[in-house]
Amino acid sequence: MTATESTDVVVIGSGFGGAIAAYHLAAGGARVVVLERGPWLTAEEFDHDFLLGSSYTRIFDFVIGDGMSVLGGNCVGGGSVVFFATMPRAPRFVFERRGSIGRRLWPAAISRDTLDPWYDRVAEALPVRPTPWERVPYAGGLFAAACAHAGHTANPAPSAIDLDECTNCNWMIAGCRFDAKRSLLLNYLPAAIAHGAEIRPKHEVQSLSRNDDGGYRVHYRLVDDLDYRVLHDSGAIDAKIVVLAAGAGATPVILRRSEPQLGPMPYAVGRYFSGNGERLNTAVFDEDRVREVLGLTRDGGQAYAAYQIGRGPTVTNWDWLDGSLPEYERFSLEQLYFPPGLGTILAQVPDATGPTWFGVQKKEMLLRWQSWLTIFTMSEDDNEGVFGPPPETGNAHRLSQQMLGNGPLRYRPTANTLRGWSLSDAAVKDILERDGLARVMPWTNDLVGAYTVHPLASCRIGDDPATSALDDGHELRGHPGIFVTDGSAVPCALTVNPAMTIAALAERAMPGIVRALQERGVPVRYGAPSPDGETAARRGVARAG
Amino acid sequence: MQPDTLDADPVRTMTIEAFADTIVPGEKRSPDDRAIAGAAPGGGAVAAGAIALLEAPGGGLAPALDALAVALNDHAKEYAKERGLVLDDDVPPFVALSFAERTALVQLLTAPEHPEKQMWVALALFSNMAFDSAAHLSTVDAFAAGHPGLLAIGYFRPDDDGVWRFPQYSYGRQLANLHPNTTPTGSPA
Repeated sequence: MTATESTDVVVIGSGFGGAIAAYHLAAGGARVVVLERGPWLTAEEFDHDFLLGSSYTRIFDFVIGDGMSVLGGNCVGGGSVVFFATMPRAPRFVFERRGSIGRRLWPAAISRDTLDPWYDRVAEALPVRPTPWERVPYAGGLFAAACAHAGHTANPAPSAIDLDECTNCNWMIAGCRFDAKRSLLLNYLPAAIAHGAEIRPKHEVQSLSRNDDGGYRVHYRLVDDLDYRVLHDSGAIDAKIVVLAAGAGATPVILRRSEPQLGPMPYAVGRYFSGNGERLNTAVFDEDRVREVLGLTRDGGQAYAAYQIGRGPTVTNWDWLDGSLPEYERFSLEQLYFPPGLGTILAQVPDATGPTWFGVQKKEMLLRWQSWLTIFTMSEDDNEGVFGPPPETGNAHRLSQQMLGNGPLRYRPTANTLRGWSLSDAAVKDILERDGLARVMPWTNDLVGAYTVHPLASCRIGDDPATSALDDGHELRGHPGIFVTDGSAVPCALTVNPAMTIAALAERAMPGIVRALQERGVPVRYGAPSPDGETAARRGVARAG
Repeated sequence: MQPDTLDADPVRTMTIEAFADTIVPGEKRSPDDRAIAGAAPGGGAVAAGAIALLEAPGGGLAPALDALAVALNDHAKEYAKERGLVLDDDVPPFVALSFAERTALVQLLTAPEHPEKQMWVALALFSNMAFDSAAHLSTVDAFAAGHPGLLAIGYFRPDDDGVWRFPQYSYGRQLANLHPNTTPTGSPA
């Protein structure tokens, strides 16, 4: 009989929740193995190519559920490799949200004030920096000018992009071939490897079981290099502690599948999923009106016609992030680029007399694609997503060899969520249609349901065992030694891009996970500097603690 | 862009082409083209390579195309029968429908309550992808071949090395007032 491999910590997933854990625990002296379902690509492998099988489809997953589709990373570095690197902190009022449970959703220990030192750690590590106006691409400038014209403010958003390296190619969803995007491939992960962490790509964790010594056995299958529908050998690793960070679309699925071996899961595992209240509107601008009303001209004399140029979202409107407004009526609006392929089919024709998303008028709209502007709403949904029984393997039944699959998530937006979307649609329309600048329509939810690029809350932290799966130290209730540090731990929609908050929560969870390892006899300590050696934020955390 | 395929099943090809042409319509390849309705000027999904993309093994729909064509033609027959339409026997039933009728049928099949919605939406998604992103071709090759969809949407060409860079990208000035509650980190308070 072959002995099963064993280590101190298995980290499942290598996005923010996994990479931050891998770094701190390895730097502290623990033996760490990271199992990542997706491939491991580096800058030169990030293609500027829509061809099926290029990095665009290799590192990115689009899982269609019943009423909600989830887009997410599927590679070493996870979401940080495919995301747009916009990293604001969540506004203060978000931490006071009550949702529909009649009590504060967040643990008492967490507020914006207590999280700020952990945000600082992430900001130092990536790093995250404010964006100067003179580096804002045309699309962001257009949105800012339209906001100002309508009497609103607009902010260039803080971001994890090295602007001196960025070419504004807008291919960042396929990975950044210039290493301008400060993904985890450039900071936490190489630092974790330098401290001995092992990262194993193409290892898809299927389930966990419990060992007699109180540790866990992590069961995985190897994923085919090209065709992700094909799984190869299975294997297992034993660990004293498991850090689960497979993403909010996968973490609860792994736990649910493990239930026969581990025993009952907390009620909140696979419930209370939030799509971060996300919603998209697409505007088609009248170039003449952009010039006449907003006074904008760019190189070559055009007014705009530059949807393709830039780096995702750069300018955001925070006028509805007002804590004095009722819950569910607060949202941010963010100018966004979405590439062709996935980014056009759901856009609807303003003033359509026939079908809104296909046909003759849709083609006419496509001919004006460079004059499009997409506006991204992040609002307060009602945590109404519920996962059905897990698929046989992974978190989806894969349709294509890469990227596209069907998953078990069911989402029926409540009146609260619909109200927020409706208010934000009206706000977008008011800003962008003023004085004939543009015509606007929301994306249709009729084809693949609602959609989110920021899945959250499917295994959330909280103080109430009835409505949270994790305690405020991110430990799974009733299953000591399993910690969840990805977006599924975030209790609710954040009204802004969540990566900064997911990462800050993961940073905050680390001292507790170190203690759990110490209690199990692992000689590990907490206190690593930033991945590049900076220590200012570590001092801030020490003061706060 | 459509490769010359000696397809064993021209009925299937015509039927799927007619569906793709309903999603992104284009001009007829010849006066006697039946699959393409000719509802819009310029190349549409078919000229953009929808069949090649749908038949690509990586896409996942290729094994279902036979069944989809049969089902689509069954729906077309049913649609015609309910409305008293007499269909031309020379072509598959879906192809025999007018563009307006094809459009109406696709709206029915992709409506939220339709039990087969998911597969028709998938077919539409791939038809659209062929046009606006040429996902069956390397994007650089698609440009070199004059791909009708990428050219139609005005997608900018890459540099000579096949990589996109935009040295000119900004209006270069402040265009709105910042929110008053912005913190020094650039985040909302």
